[in-house]
Amino acid sequence: MNDLLTTLQNTPFATAIREGDTLFPWIESLHVLALAIVVGTISIVDMRLIGLASHRKSVRRLFRDVLPITWSAFAFAAATGFLLFSSRAVKYASLWEFQAKIVLLVLAGLNMAYFHLVTFRSVHSWDELAETPAAAKAAGAVSLCLWIAIVICGRLVGFAL
Amino acid sequence: MDRLIDWISSTHANAVIRDTVWIIPLVQTVHILAISVVMGSVLLLNLRVIGIISAGETNDAFTRRYLPWVWSGLVVLLMSGAILIIGEPGRDLKNATFWTKMALIVCAIALTLALERPVLHDAGFWDRPGRRMAARVMAVLSIACWVGITLCGRWIAYTYET
Repeated sequence: MNDLLTTLQNTPFATAIREGDTLFPWIESLHVLALAIVVGTISIVDMRLIGLASHRKSVRRLFRDVLPITWSAFAFAAATGFLLFSSRAVKYASLWEFQAKIVLLVLAGLNMAYFHLVTFRSVHSWDELAETPAAAKAAGAVSLCLWIAIVICGRLVGFAL
Repeated sequence: MDRLIDWISSTHANAVIRDTVWIIPLVQTVHILAISVVMGSVLLLNLRVIGIISAGETNDAFTRRYLPWVWSGLVVLLMSGAILIIGEPGRDLKNATFWTKMALIVCAIALTLALERPVLHDAGFWDRPGRRMAARVMAVLSIACWVGITLCGRWIAYTYET
């Protein structure tokens, strides 16, 4: 594993990010922008699922409007995050803050997959209702908590270096 | 400005923020979560004006749904930002990136007021002939301002003199 990480951080692009004056701040700023869009749009969806906001509005309609933005921003956050990670791969991988962030991201993915594959199948019966099923409320609440924790870990990674 | 920085640096609040290791990371995290909330609502409001999303609601209902999140998020941003300034005044007040960010915030607030307030009284305000294009241009500028604000926010950490 460490060999792989060493190889990664010795690649020309990782070296350029580590040694350049402006590359790291630029990529980091774009990462913050992307994560703000991810967390901002996901929280709108989560609060609709919990029933705190945007009720009286179709869940499917909201998903159609919001989720393409969330996914594009997530792809961008993942790409910029990978570049930041590559610049000091061995060091980042050894930090508990970073490890926790990755675990939380995986949990957020599993939560979302379960929601879409199971809970969302019955959406036609609660699409327009303010009162969503308990499983949808749970998915929204878990997602909201996980994303807040991901942001906390992400900021702590910056302080741990 | 140096006298202001010296004065802030001599206050009790400054000492508490500097000496308590968890305050700055916590407040920065709150700041990032608040910009996320603002960004989510700002994007939906402006993308709808541009015509990229259409949420199946009247303009005024859409504005009433998302605009309050922009203002409350902004309040949290200003308060958490103030704590960060009190903790490390030199990092912000003598930093061109910080002042660029402040100017962009003023522009973003002005654009948001100009775009959203007429809709609250007259849902079809921007749908009248000749107004659609102006609204779209303002919406694009508004998104650009918020993107700039977020990028400047992270860049502040790299552009201050120690």
